[in-house]
Amino acid sequence: MNIIVLLAWRNLWRQPRRTWLTIGAMVFSNALLVFMISIQFSTYELMIDNTLQAFTGHIQVQAPGYKDDLKMRQLVPDVRSLAKSLRRELGLETIAARAAAFALASSEERSYGLQIYGVETRYESLVSTIPGLVRDGRYLKDPDASEIVIGKVLARNLRVELGDEVTLLGSGRDGSFAAAIATVVGIFDSGVAAIDRSIAEVPLEFFQDVFYMEGAGHQVVIAAPDLESVAALKRQVEDVVPAGLVVHDWNALQPGLQQAIQADISSAFFMYGVLVVLVAFSVLNTQLMSVLERTHEFGITMALGIAPGRLGRLVFLETAFMGLVGLFLGALVGGMITEWFGYTGFSYPGMEEMAANFNLPSRFYPQATLLTLFLGPIFVFAGGMLAAIYPAVRLHRLHPVEAMRVAP
Amino acid sequence: MRTFAIISMLAWRNLWRNHRRTIVMVSAITIGVWAMIFMSALMRGMVNDMVRDGIRALPGHVQVHHPDFRDDPSILNLIPTSDSVLTAAFSQAGFDGWSSRVKVPAVISSERESRGVTLIGVDPALERSLDAVGSQIAEGRNLEDVNDGGVVIGRKLADRLDTEIGKRIVLMSQDPDNEIADRGYRIVGLFEASLEQVEESFVFVAKATLQKMLRIEDQVTEIAVLASDYRNLEALTEQVTGLAGENVEVLPWQKLNSYLGSMLKVMDGFVLVWMIVIFLALSFGLVNTLAMAVFERVREIGLMLALGMRPSNILGQIIVESLLLLVFGLILGNVLAWASIVPLQDGIDISAVAQGMEMFGASSVLYPALELKDMITANVIVLVLGFFASLSPAWRASRYEPIEAITKI
Repeated sequence: MNIIVLLAWRNLWRQPRRTWLTIGAMVFSNALLVFMISIQFSTYELMIDNTLQAFTGHIQVQAPGYKDDLKMRQLVPDVRSLAKSLRRELGLETIAARAAAFALASSEERSYGLQIYGVETRYESLVSTIPGLVRDGRYLKDPDASEIVIGKVLARNLRVELGDEVTLLGSGRDGSFAAAIATVVGIFDSGVAAIDRSIAEVPLEFFQDVFYMEGAGHQVVIAAPDLESVAALKRQVEDVVPAGLVVHDWNALQPGLQQAIQADISSAFFMYGVLVVLVAFSVLNTQLMSVLERTHEFGITMALGIAPGRLGRLVFLETAFMGLVGLFLGALVGGMITEWFGYTGFSYPGMEEMAANFNLPSRFYPQATLLTLFLGPIFVFAGGMLAAIYPAVRLHRLHPVEAMRVAP
Repeated sequence: MRTFAIISMLAWRNLWRNHRRTIVMVSAITIGVWAMIFMSALMRGMVNDMVRDGIRALPGHVQVHHPDFRDDPSILNLIPTSDSVLTAAFSQAGFDGWSSRVKVPAVISSERESRGVTLIGVDPALERSLDAVGSQIAEGRNLEDVNDGGVVIGRKLADRLDTEIGKRIVLMSQDPDNEIADRGYRIVGLFEASLEQVEESFVFVAKATLQKMLRIEDQVTEIAVLASDYRNLEALTEQVTGLAGENVEVLPWQKLNSYLGSMLKVMDGFVLVWMIVIFLALSFGLVNTLAMAVFERVREIGLMLALGMRPSNILGQIIVESLLLLVFGLILGNVLAWASIVPLQDGIDISAVAQGMEMFGASSVLYPALELKDMITANVIVLVLGFFASLSPAWRASRYEPIEAITKI
C-alpha cells in the first residue's frame, strides 16, 4: 500500500504545471465557495435574529387563526395570568402578554392609522428590542397609565413631541366604538421604517380598558435563549397552554423569513453546483490525459502482474492527493479572505437599499465557521473524485501487450 | 491569407488528434456558457417581474407630488396647481398613460374589523391608461366614473375585514383642518394582485367622491405618468416638470422606490460578476488543455520551426486552436441555454417559497427572460478572456529553440 501512495504522490509531480493548474481551479472555486457560504450563513443568522428580536419573538401563543387573520375577536382569554403561569411553569422570565388593535391616532395637526399594542410594561423589554430603542423620553412604566410610545417616523408625521397628547380611535372587542387620549412619553427609533411608521405601544391594562377586552389579549410572546432551544421550548409551552389556544414557532409566525432563506440558498447552490461541475471537468481532463500518456507504462506494470484494480486505486489516490491539497489551500485562502472582510466589513454598491428590506445592516461582517470553511470544498473534492471514475475504469479495458506497443 | 488557411487547418486537425480531451474541454465550456446564460435569464426574469410589479404598484414611471408628500403623506401636502388646470395640460401632452390621484392614509372599518390602508381616489377613465394595481378585478365590477359611490378593495383585505361585495365599510381619514373625515362606501369590486401586501394595503374609490369627503375641491396629491420604456426617463421627467406647475417634486421610479432602482443596478453587476467567475473556473482547464497540447507536440513544433515556419504562425496556430474550442463550446452552450429556457417560458412555479419571494418583492411564478444583451456579454467574455488565457501557452510554444525541441523526448 505504501508503495502505491508514494507512486501516486510522485506521479503528480511529473507534470507540476498541469497539477498546479488543476489544483488552482480547485483553490479558486473553494476560496470563492468558502467566502460566499460564510457571508450567506452569517447573513441568515442576522436576518433571523434582527427580525425576531425586534418584535415577533421565537414562540407565540395565540387563538387559532389569529396568525393569518389578525382579527380582534380571535382572543387569548385572561392573557396576563396565562403569561404569568407560563413564566412560572417554564422558569423563564422572557415571556410577555400583548393585545393588538388597529386605531386612528390623531394629534392636533394630523391623523394616521397605526397598529397599537398593549404590552406588559415590566416584561416587554425582555422579548422585544423596541423598549431599548427609545431615544427620546422613556419607555412605559405604570401598567394602567394612559401613556403611549411611538416610532420616530410616526412622531414626525403626526407632528408630536414628548408630552403631547394623541387621540386614539378604533373599534373595541365587540365592534363598538373605542376612544382614548394618551400622552406621548417616549419615541423609539428602530431604523426599520415600517416599524417606526406604524407601531405604537401602550400599557396592557390601559389597552384592555379602552378596547373593552375584559382581561383578554391576542398573544403571549416567548423569547427563547437561542434558536436551537426553540423546538424543545415549544413542546413545553404546549403542555402548559390550555385547550383552544395554539402555539406557533417563529417559522410559522414569519414564514417569509425561512422561505426567503430557502429561495436564496437554492439559487446560490445552483451556482455553486455549476462551479463544482466545472472543477470536476478540469480534473477529468487532467486525469484522462495522465492515464493516456502512461498507457505504455501501465502496460508494463500490468505485464509484471499488477491488477488493473490496483492501478485504478493509484489513479484515485492521485486525484485524492490533488483534491486534498486543493481543499486545504482553498479553505485557507477562503478563510483568510473571509477573516479580512470580517474585519473590514463587506459591502457593494446598492446593498444598503436591498439590505434594509430584510432588516439587515448596510455592511456585513462575515464569520467563517468550520461548516462554512469545509462545506463547499468537500463538495468540490467529491466532484473531483467522481470525475476520476472514468479514467480509472478505462484501465480495466487495457490489454498489457497492446498497451506496451503504444509509443512512450 | 493562405498562411491563415493553413494554420487554421492545422489547428483544426490538431484538435481531433486527441478527441477525448477536446470533447471534455468543449463540454466544460458548454456547461459554463449554459450556466452563464441560464442563470442570467432567471435573475433577469425575477428582476423584470419585480420592476414591472413595482411600477404597477407605484404606479407609473414618473410621479409628481408636493415636495413634502413622500416623507409625510398627508392631505396637507397637496399639489398646489388645481386638478382641472393639470388635467388640461397633461391630457394635451400625448403621454402613453397618466392619471391624477388623491392618495391618503386612512382607516377602513367593517362591522367587525379595522385596518390601516392607503386610500386612493381615482378617475377610472384615466386609471385604465396606467395599467396600475387595482385594475385586475377578480369579482364584481370596477369603479365607473369620478362620482361612483362604491369602493374596490383587495381580495385579501376583504378576508381580513370579514366582509364581501355588497357590504358597507367606513373609510376614515383627516381633512385639511384635521377634522376626521369619514364616509360609508359599498364594496362593488374586489381586485387581485400578484403580491399579497398590495391586496391588503390599497383601497380605491372615485376621485370626486373622495375629494368631497376630504373637503379638497379640485385638488390632488399625486400625478402618475407612464413612459413607453422604463429606462431613460430624463426627457420625460423634464417634460412633466414643465407641465406640473410650481412647488412640486417630479421623480422617476428609480428614486421613488430606491429598493427596485438599486435592485436593477445590483443585478447588472451580479450578472457580469457571475459570468466572469464562471469563466475563471473554466480558464484553468483551458490553459491546462492548451499547455498539454503544446507539450505533446514539442518535437513537432521544433520541426516546423526548423523547416522555416515563423514563430508568429505557431503562436497563431495555438490561438486558433483555443478559439475553435471556445467557439464550439459557445455554440453548444448558447443552443443548450436557449433550448432549456424556451420550455420554461410559461413560468416556473416557486410558490413553495411564495412568502419568502414576497420579502424580495417578487411573485411566486418566475418567468426566465433571455436577453440578447446577456447572451452577447457571455459570448464576448468567453472569447475575449479566452483569447488572453491562451496567450501564455501559445507564447511558450512559439519561443521554443528548434534544435532543443526536436531532440526533446
